[in-house]
Amino acid sequence: MNGTSEIIQIQGLVKRFPMGKGEFTALRGITLTFGKGEFAGLVGPSGSGKTTLLNIIGSLDVPTEGWVNVLGNSIGTLSAKEAAQLRKESIGFIFQSYNLLQVHTVYENVEFPLLLLKHNGSQRRRMVMDALEWVGLVDKEKSKPPQLSGGECQRVAIARAMVKRPPLVLADEPTANLDAANSHHILKTMETLNRELHTTLLFATHDDKVIGYLRRMIYLLDGRVDRDETVRKD
Amino acid sequence: MIRFLIKGLIRDKSRSRLPVIVVTLGVMLTVAMHAYVKGFMGETLEMNATFSYGHVKVMTRAYAEEAELLPNDLALLEVSTLNEELSERFPAMEWAPRIRFGGLIDVPDEQGETRAQGPAVGLALDLLSEDSNEIQRLGLPRALIRGGLPKERGEALISEAFSQRLLIEPGDDITLIGVSMNGSMVMHNFRVAGTLLFGMDILDRGTLILDIEDARLALDMPDAAGEIVGFLPGGFYDDATARHTADAFNAAYQSDPDEFAPLMKALSQQGSMGPYVQFGQVWAGYISLVFVVAMALVLWNAGLLGGLRRYGEIGVRLAMGEEKGHVYRTMIYESVCIGIAGSVIGTALGLFVAWLLQEYGINVEGLMEGASLMFPTTIRARITPPAYYIGFIPGLAATVIGTALSGIGIFRRQTSQLFKELEA
Repeated sequence: MNGTSEIIQIQGLVKRFPMGKGEFTALRGITLTFGKGEFAGLVGPSGSGKTTLLNIIGSLDVPTEGWVNVLGNSIGTLSAKEAAQLRKESIGFIFQSYNLLQVHTVYENVEFPLLLLKHNGSQRRRMVMDALEWVGLVDKEKSKPPQLSGGECQRVAIARAMVKRPPLVLADEPTANLDAANSHHILKTMETLNRELHTTLLFATHDDKVIGYLRRMIYLLDGRVDRDETVRKD
Repeated sequence: MIRFLIKGLIRDKSRSRLPVIVVTLGVMLTVAMHAYVKGFMGETLEMNATFSYGHVKVMTRAYAEEAELLPNDLALLEVSTLNEELSERFPAMEWAPRIRFGGLIDVPDEQGETRAQGPAVGLALDLLSEDSNEIQRLGLPRALIRGGLPKERGEALISEAFSQRLLIEPGDDITLIGVSMNGSMVMHNFRVAGTLLFGMDILDRGTLILDIEDARLALDMPDAAGEIVGFLPGGFYDDATARHTADAFNAAYQSDPDEFAPLMKALSQQGSMGPYVQFGQVWAGYISLVFVVAMALVLWNAGLLGGLRRYGEIGVRLAMGEEKGHVYRTMIYESVCIGIAGSVIGTALGLFVAWLLQEYGINVEGLMEGASLMFPTTIRARITPPAYYIGFIPGLAATVIGTALSGIGIFRRQTSQLFKELEA
């Protein structure tokens, strides 16, 4: 915690998935809070529950037990429509495999979240160009994802996540498909945006390159918080 | 947003061009096949009606029992009176007395000696009356190969193949050797006015066509006719109407015990036409239905696969905050656009193919050799009103239903599950 106002509060979170005739418990009583502007990571081996926790925070999934509040919304009680509204207005996602819309240009990919928010054309143009400038891809606005390198694709994904200037961005293994140089470039970009836009960035990762940039690390092991370390404070 | 979706639809060839091509092909085949089946069934039926059975036929009861033997000794008498009665009771229908007969054609040489002989199947109908429609009904002007149509009494038409076999030219004299109504042998001379080619093996083998008055004179059948054929208004056979007409006519003679009392039979009640009419009605529908269903399954599947293939894109859109309902609706709108585009193009192409088949047909002469039922040697399609919309059943409905079903799968999945599949 960096002492700023809390935007995520998690209390006694348990998540179980049906598995065959029984159940698999992915999260076992997680209690955490995240403040505005944090640059934090959920760190742990595969199967430790990082992505499940990220999905619940991102209102893509719901808790089995416990209570999760994100930006004033109780995730367990949101309707599908309200959850979509929360994601649309307040949460950006960055994926391991970029997940760009292949037939659309860089500009159109970044523009998409603004179309959902029904911003007008000139407003969209300005916000998209700002976002492309943050990630250094202004000259690629008309390119399509297949014409870009992996690093460029991930920068487009970052621009897409940040273009609506959400208070919260969730990044699931964002550097897993990138080489070291591109990973550092991406992380520096995200660090800069975190600092300049005061966006809370929450990673799920086990990549040492990412861990090196994190200011707070929550180590998960078998669905429990093993350690919660604040590594560095600005 | 709409522009964004349209751009995606147009640029993603596997989402637009490919499904439109699949739908177009499916619809084109459905439309062409439907028209072809209709054409084959309808043309065969009408051909048999025109040349042999009529839509309904009036005969004596005794003649009806042995109609395939052409028993002119059991023919109708006082035909002009009966014809008037028929015209009065069923004024919308066209009635035509005919005599069908068998005989031998003898071709004399310059000395009057027999040069060639051959068996003929004769058909006598009203060729010379101004108010007769028989020449047009049988399509004689179209079938004429050499010479001309009879203009006066004593002239006959024979099939081209028959004329070549017997070395007969238009203008040559021939002798019909046959049996009179009373059972005696008769001989009568005719002049060949022209030769005909119908394109139907059964008619082209050895047909002789006479004016009915000449046949009455030759066969000693004054004011008699083997049968009076009737044709429904509109020119197309309708079994229910034909049977209803026959029942109405026969009711008036029900109490008459005379075996020479007139009896009317619908086309489906004659010879082997019953099963064929049933086949025409039921199987033409089944064939079209099976084809429509098969195409519907193909297109349904295409719609389903199209939807499933887009899990990744849909997962991203949901993550961005698009509502599931909106995603689902846009998928349906897209499939409607693809269905309409494919159905319209496919129907247009299908109608074009059907038109070509209607105009030129497919020659199946080799398959029809020796057929006893009249089949056209060239099978043509017939474009009927359903051809304009039948393609939309598989083209639009199946595509949309396929997409809707695949969309329901997406709808029911947890968003996080979609994400896992998206990441996989």
